[in-house]
Amino acid sequence: MSAVPHDLAHGHDHHGDHHHPTGLMRWLTTTNHKDIGSMYMIFSFIMFLSGGVMALTIRAELFQPGLQVVQPEFFNQLTTLHGLVMVFGAIMPAFVGFANWQIPLMIGASDMAFARMNNWSFWLLPPAALLLLGSFFVPGGATAAGWTLYAPLSVQMGMGMDMAIFAIHIMGASSIMGAINIVVTIINMRAPGMTWMKLPMFCWTWLITAYLLIAVMPVLAGAVTMVLTDRHFGTSFFSAAGGGDPVLYQHVFWFFGHPEVYIMILPAFGIVSQIIPAFARKPLFGYASMVYATSSIAILSFVVWAHHMFTTGLPAATQLFFMYATMLIAVPTGVKVFNWVATMWRGSMTFETPMLFAVGFLFVFTMGGFTGLICAIAPIDIQLQDTYYVVAHFHYVLVAGSLFSLFAGAYYWLPKWTGHMYDEKLGKRHFWLSIIFFNVTFFPMHFLGLAGMPRRIPDYNPMFADFNELATIGAFGFGLSQLLFLYVVIKCVRGGEPAPAKPWEGAEGLEWTVPSPAPYHTFEEPPLVK
Amino acid sequence: MRPTIRASVALSALAGVLAVPAVSAEDRYNLQQPVTHIAAEIYSMHTLMLFICLVIFIGVFGTMFWAVFKHRKSKGAVAAHFHENTTVEIVWTIIPVLILLGMAWPATKTVIAMKDTTNPDITIKATGYQWQWGYDYLKGEGEGIRFQSVLSTPRAQIDRGEYKGRNYLLEVDKPLVVPVGKKVRILTTANDVIHAWWVPAFGVKQDAIPGFIRDTWFRAEKEGVYRGNCAELCGKEHGFMPIEVHVLSQEAYTAWVAEQKKQMTQAQEPANAAASAATAG
Repeated sequence: MSAVPHDLAHGHDHHGDHHHPTGLMRWLTTTNHKDIGSMYMIFSFIMFLSGGVMALTIRAELFQPGLQVVQPEFFNQLTTLHGLVMVFGAIMPAFVGFANWQIPLMIGASDMAFARMNNWSFWLLPPAALLLLGSFFVPGGATAAGWTLYAPLSVQMGMGMDMAIFAIHIMGASSIMGAINIVVTIINMRAPGMTWMKLPMFCWTWLITAYLLIAVMPVLAGAVTMVLTDRHFGTSFFSAAGGGDPVLYQHVFWFFGHPEVYIMILPAFGIVSQIIPAFARKPLFGYASMVYATSSIAILSFVVWAHHMFTTGLPAATQLFFMYATMLIAVPTGVKVFNWVATMWRGSMTFETPMLFAVGFLFVFTMGGFTGLICAIAPIDIQLQDTYYVVAHFHYVLVAGSLFSLFAGAYYWLPKWTGHMYDEKLGKRHFWLSIIFFNVTFFPMHFLGLAGMPRRIPDYNPMFADFNELATIGAFGFGLSQLLFLYVVIKCVRGGEPAPAKPWEGAEGLEWTVPSPAPYHTFEEPPLVK
Repeated sequence: MRPTIRASVALSALAGVLAVPAVSAEDRYNLQQPVTHIAAEIYSMHTLMLFICLVIFIGVFGTMFWAVFKHRKSKGAVAAHFHENTTVEIVWTIIPVLILLGMAWPATKTVIAMKDTTNPDITIKATGYQWQWGYDYLKGEGEGIRFQSVLSTPRAQIDRGEYKGRNYLLEVDKPLVVPVGKKVRILTTANDVIHAWWVPAFGVKQDAIPGFIRDTWFRAEKEGVYRGNCAELCGKEHGFMPIEVHVLSQEAYTAWVAEQKKQMTQAQEPANAAASAATAG
């Protein structure tokens, strides 16, 4: 579409209609960033619900001491797949969906740089998801080695492990291609006048995230390929008997794994940086600082991986280095939190649903940041590693962090995408139910970890019973509340109060200069940015 | 009369809610009571971290919620226009660095102390299996003793809902036994996949890696029974291979060692008899 010259006498739209398939073929062959963005988001929500069902099954088993619901082997499959599905199937594709919809609109570009590769990036995901979820049904079931897939346990697993490896390769390829697309689009297709220091924060954070993806997804591919060859092709990367070392897997995995968690939070920072200024009716405080802070976080994220390995027997100097480097990340992250609060300070705030989720994010993500800092202290981590304290920490930053920012962005941009205002009352209800049940679920887990409950166990001593019971109740509440979000979105897609081009008084950015819903093709002529 | 009765009912209800049988409030909300100096250092370091985080939390969110309530459009607040301040950015970068330095100093000392496994009184190898621990007393008093340590909770309690004992999933048939006040060096390794040897009251957790030897150490300052878990996912029974350590007085330990040695010799005797019978015949 973008190859067609704009000055054809018979008009571009007319030309577009001719070549615009309908029905299934439209979705299979689309190269339109809006279509692809929508597909990513629908896919990610389906995966979110399936990962959620796994989580609820886990919590049902953990409701009381004793084994009541599932057997330990299946329990481990559930914890493993819950992690893999949520990380690779829900959170990452959702952020890519946002990137697809929003980046061209925000920089005044007509589409992504590589529109056809964009289609391929998305359509790789459903087969990967089928492989991953299908692995439950093969002999031996899904891999049960934890989402981190440590060797040698992962080498021991049945064919579900091979399916997971294949799925990870496919999803990795999708992510790498998507990241390349994002980098090239942002560097090359900004509208005239959009200098780097005018680039919206959401685009900055995604640009930096895209570099992280390109750097580390191949490393993950390397790690799981070594597991594959240890499993089937006689190598001994992770087997001492053949001259290898299981800890090598952990180094390679976490070299990917740590930047990965920043991949999952940096776009969240970007979304929140768009929303808070809009609803405070005040510019983002410290734009340049925010860019530097995000870059510092990204760079530091490469040199902290072994804080996941404090109990593996690293030498003291190594432990100290990783402890100091990890603690250092608190500095730029803190700077960002202070800048968001300074944006709110002396603003003129209203608290529609996007702002509720953004402020909620700020509050609860920062709590996750505190527990991360506590885990960074190596001696303390010796007690907390592999306990529910860590589970609490990463759910605070990933759920209250990434997921809440995704909800914030969804409510913020739904009017632009659909042309309708969503039901504000139901949106607010979704927020309050989510934040309350989220805390009921995950706050007690800090106590469980401190008191000595390990993670990845299907059964536990009665001294852990009451907090587990509370967590399960919260989990079911949280899970059911997400059905409310589904209802709000479907209702908004189908109808609602017509949305103006700029439904939010304080919103800024090129996306608010096009009509709502955004036309199929926007910015075919790049706008001039003053 | 009535207010007093109501007050006492309320008080007893409150007491009932707060009373947790056999487990103190601290046990439920914080790290386990430390029994080694290292665990005590970790415990106080964690308390310090909590305190610092609490202060920062109150500062940041006090400010944020003040803004949430006062700087609202509905309250007539008019948005200011300021959007950057280099001095402020520098200040709130430097102050956190200083706070981190304050946290890093005690942590560094403890890391170095935790790594110092020199001059142990007793050295014991703990081997992780799928799904139990094996203990080998390698050096020091008790040298030569070796046994497997297997979960002893009856399956009926796990699978069939029978009433769970106090040490459900934290009890073994043959616990590790060590003397109080002596430096015990634990070597860890594994037979199959990675496990981890963890006793929270000691502040000790060390991965047990197949084909490699790692080490850690503890000096238990109080006699008692301390329980821990495998702390690295190792397969389906990862949650069912606990660690139980009995810390005995020196005399009781010596007696235990003598008893173990006697049992080992007795176990040898039938084998010796069979061997000599075979050679004689």
